[in-house]
Amino acid sequence: MFDTAMTANDLLFLLKGAGMTLAVTGVSVAAGTLMGVIFGVIRVQIGPWWAAPLTFLLDIFRSVPLLIQLVLGNAFQSIAKLGWAPFTTSCVILSLYTAAYCTEIVRGAIDSVPPTTRRAARSLGMTWAQDMRFIVAPLATRIALPSWIGLTLGVMKDSSLVLWLGLIELLRASQVLVTRLQEPLFILSICGLIYFLLSFPIARLGGYLEKRWSPND
Amino acid sequence: MFNYTFHWNQALKALPQMLDGALVTLKIALLSMAIGLAFALLLTLFRLSGSRILSGFARTWIEIARNTPALFQIYMAHFGLGSFGIHLSPFTALLAGIAFNNAGYLAENFRGALKAIPDTQTRAGRSLGMSAIQAFRLIVLPQMLRVAFLPITNQMVWAILMTSLGVTVGMNTDLAGVTQELNARSFRTFEFFAIAAVIYYAIAKVVTLAARLIAWRMFRY
Repeated sequence: MFDTAMTANDLLFLLKGAGMTLAVTGVSVAAGTLMGVIFGVIRVQIGPWWAAPLTFLLDIFRSVPLLIQLVLGNAFQSIAKLGWAPFTTSCVILSLYTAAYCTEIVRGAIDSVPPTTRRAARSLGMTWAQDMRFIVAPLATRIALPSWIGLTLGVMKDSSLVLWLGLIELLRASQVLVTRLQEPLFILSICGLIYFLLSFPIARLGGYLEKRWSPND
Repeated sequence: MFNYTFHWNQALKALPQMLDGALVTLKIALLSMAIGLAFALLLTLFRLSGSRILSGFARTWIEIARNTPALFQIYMAHFGLGSFGIHLSPFTALLAGIAFNNAGYLAENFRGALKAIPDTQTRAGRSLGMSAIQAFRLIVLPQMLRVAFLPITNQMVWAILMTSLGVTVGMNTDLAGVTQELNARSFRTFEFFAIAAVIYYAIAKVVTLAARLIAWRMFRY
């Protein structure tokens, strides 16, 4: 098992795949978080009734398998003749997927800020924007950050599904090598190790922050 | 707007086939949940056992399950195990992959739930003359399952969504597999997958609703 036909070039190929995984994750999480914060604030501001259509729409992204979403997104972009590359399609779908989860996190975090604190801010003469910026944002970030880190890692793991659209990310790269070298266990182990090394330290950081920042502890 | 004619009729004609696929999807999800719950319980016991080897094994399992993609785990079961001469069918590989994943996440949930149960409960049970196993089974376990019920429900929905990954290892009887096969024959990708999405959504919602009903029936004092 330990003598392998894998060369340094092949390893580089895997690392390039990992780079693609990180690129897709980075773009999607950045765009998804931005949308998630906006949607989250909107949902809190206009109340559950008026936000119902938005809630329903975002719920779809959480209740339909990501693989199906990717296939649908890809089919849609070809029907609408948008001419998107697989990378763009993957990022758009993954961003919406991230936004759906991020909205829940942001909503929960804003709800966790005691209303009395916010009313106190308003009665001191702060505007809504000031209240949001100086009172809600710092308090809500502490609540949201651990879950947000978890979400980021989840998106990184789920980004392996974009291989279905033909994007050569880490898992797809290892699959290509498996087909060529016929050493599935060894190559997949390396692939798993790379995922683990990317994910584990950040997961630990999230766990630490959660412990460190949880109130009443 | 679109220079494209939707052919919903063709896709709707295949609905019975797809609903059969949905049953297979549900079956895999339920089976993987049952296996996952059993293993999660075992891992939790390993962690509590105090033995270095057992708890190390449990920790390794949990960290691998939680820090690598589910698709990777399914690939490992399907392609990786071939190196040991074990050749799993797509169905078994999918089931094994999801069950492995479920066990890892559920064990972590159980750990959180255990924290919510005070140590004094076990001690009270022990001082009433229960054995360690009895105290765990009769006192700790019911309370732990109650606390962990919502995370278990979430994991069930996740399991349903994860079954769609089977199509990447050649599964062709579950909902995603059936849809992909129909799509390969007709190239009506959007129509078929849109219907599949609706079915997945409906299954996820029904399961969530059923779990809420069960929780309401079971956890009333």
